[in-house]
Amino acid sequence: MKLVVAIIQPHRLDSVREKLTAIAIAGLTVTEVRGYGRQKGHTEIYRGAEYQIAFLPKLKLEVAVPDSRVDDVVSAITEGSRTGKIGDGKIFVIDLEQALRVRTGETGDNAL
Amino acid sequence: MINTGDTAWIITATALVLLMTIPALALFYGGLVQAKNILSVLVQCFAVACVASVLWFLCGYSLTFSGTGPWIGDLNELLLQSVERGAVHPGLHIPESVFVMYEMTFAAITPALIIGAYVERIKFSAVLLISSLWLLLVYVPVAHWVWGGGFMAAQGALDFAGGIVVHVTAGVSAVVIAVMLGSRHEFPHGIRPPHAPWMVMVGASLLWVGWFGFNAGSALSAGADAGMALLATHLAAATATLVWMAIEWIKFGKPSLVGAVTGTIAGLASITPASGYVGPLAAVLLGALASGICFVAVLLVKRVWQVDDALDVLGVHGVGGALGSLLLPFLTILPGGVALKLSVGAQFGVQATAVVITAIWSIVMTVAITKLAAWTVGLRVDKESETVGLDFHAHGETGYHVNR
Repeated sequence: MKLVVAIIQPHRLDSVREKLTAIAIAGLTVTEVRGYGRQKGHTEIYRGAEYQIAFLPKLKLEVAVPDSRVDDVVSAITEGSRTGKIGDGKIFVIDLEQALRVRTGETGDNAL
Repeated sequence: MINTGDTAWIITATALVLLMTIPALALFYGGLVQAKNILSVLVQCFAVACVASVLWFLCGYSLTFSGTGPWIGDLNELLLQSVERGAVHPGLHIPESVFVMYEMTFAAITPALIIGAYVERIKFSAVLLISSLWLLLVYVPVAHWVWGGGFMAAQGALDFAGGIVVHVTAGVSAVVIAVMLGSRHEFPHGIRPPHAPWMVMVGASLLWVGWFGFNAGSALSAGADAGMALLATHLAAATATLVWMAIEWIKFGKPSLVGAVTGTIAGLASITPASGYVGPLAAVLLGALASGICFVAVLLVKRVWQVDDALDVLGVHGVGGALGSLLLPFLTILPGGVALKLSVGAQFGVQATAVVITAIWSIVMTVAITKLAAWTVGLRVDKESETVGLDFHAHGETGYHVNR
């Protein structure tokens, strides 16, 4: 099993969800986060004074999938989130040791 | 004799002016600070309005409006003891009680304007002490000089609704306190942007509406002067808003909301002293000039002087109020203006003298008051409390409990 963690632009959430639904991925967790990558934040101007906004709002998605689905999920998230501009985000794939569905006690791939 | 029309309007205007402090100014300032300091600003505005009201009852009203000595009023109206039910304010057609109350709302908002200079770092005890002393030592004498029959009134100084009495006193004193208190520790490069620009807009909009009571109410009657003040006030605000937006659009490529509503307030502060004396064309011209000059003033204070007048009280209110006070004589020439008793040049001399004396008095007294506060209750919270935020540090509360 793998945990796919993606940092995306907040306004791309709906299109990512559509792509994931289209390949029958059932579970998705979203967290509002702030951060920066190469983009290094941006500048905002209030009353003529420049303010450095180092941490921009992003969304962190977490999807746990069987090994066989990892490539599909990564492509779906990439397609859904890409705008081609700086700040589109990153995707990380992490080994997942165990999963357990709380209601039934099922484990492993059956819990996903 | 009491005129019911005048009385009804001034009671209404009183409510509008109170609305300017709570919640309008509180929201305007509250949206401009960081989320961790929102409540501290709201509490400061609320508390200053209450303190000023009680002081107005104790002796503020008497020292301002009782007696016609050149420097200060007398103590005949101490504790408002002679405000009887049937009393009519001399020279007007409204009850004395309504006049006292209307002027009380001006005494409430003026020290509250200064809050913008010291937010995010001052001790709450210092706010209360400085505001109390400032009301009695700066606002009360200047209001007496101009409106209470003091020496500026005798010289013929014109200030319809408080360009000198309210905005110059508050703006100049604000920058003095900002210098003596010191900057927020992240100033100038690390400060955080306004946490809620929408709240700034709501506050500015309520201020705009309240300002109708402030300026049109200052006619102290429901007649021609009130009507023209209303019209001039609105036009100055609208024009100033558009000009500030245009400046930002040209200079930075985008017109911002915070900039637009800052222009609104600059226009309103500028028209205040002139509102009852000028016509609509003059109001539009003054509104346009107000945004141009206040925009430069804000940059001058923050960038050139590097003074952390955090929410630009001098740049927007002080400079706006002074601008309107100084240009007033020239603007009366335009259609709808009043006939001056003095020549335009002589009136300008009187206005300039009044502005300069008021500014000097405000500086001297505010230095003394702030020093006294520093020696007694102290001025600043420590650096760690400033980092944590004044909401929790000073008031034990948190502005936003979201998903926690």
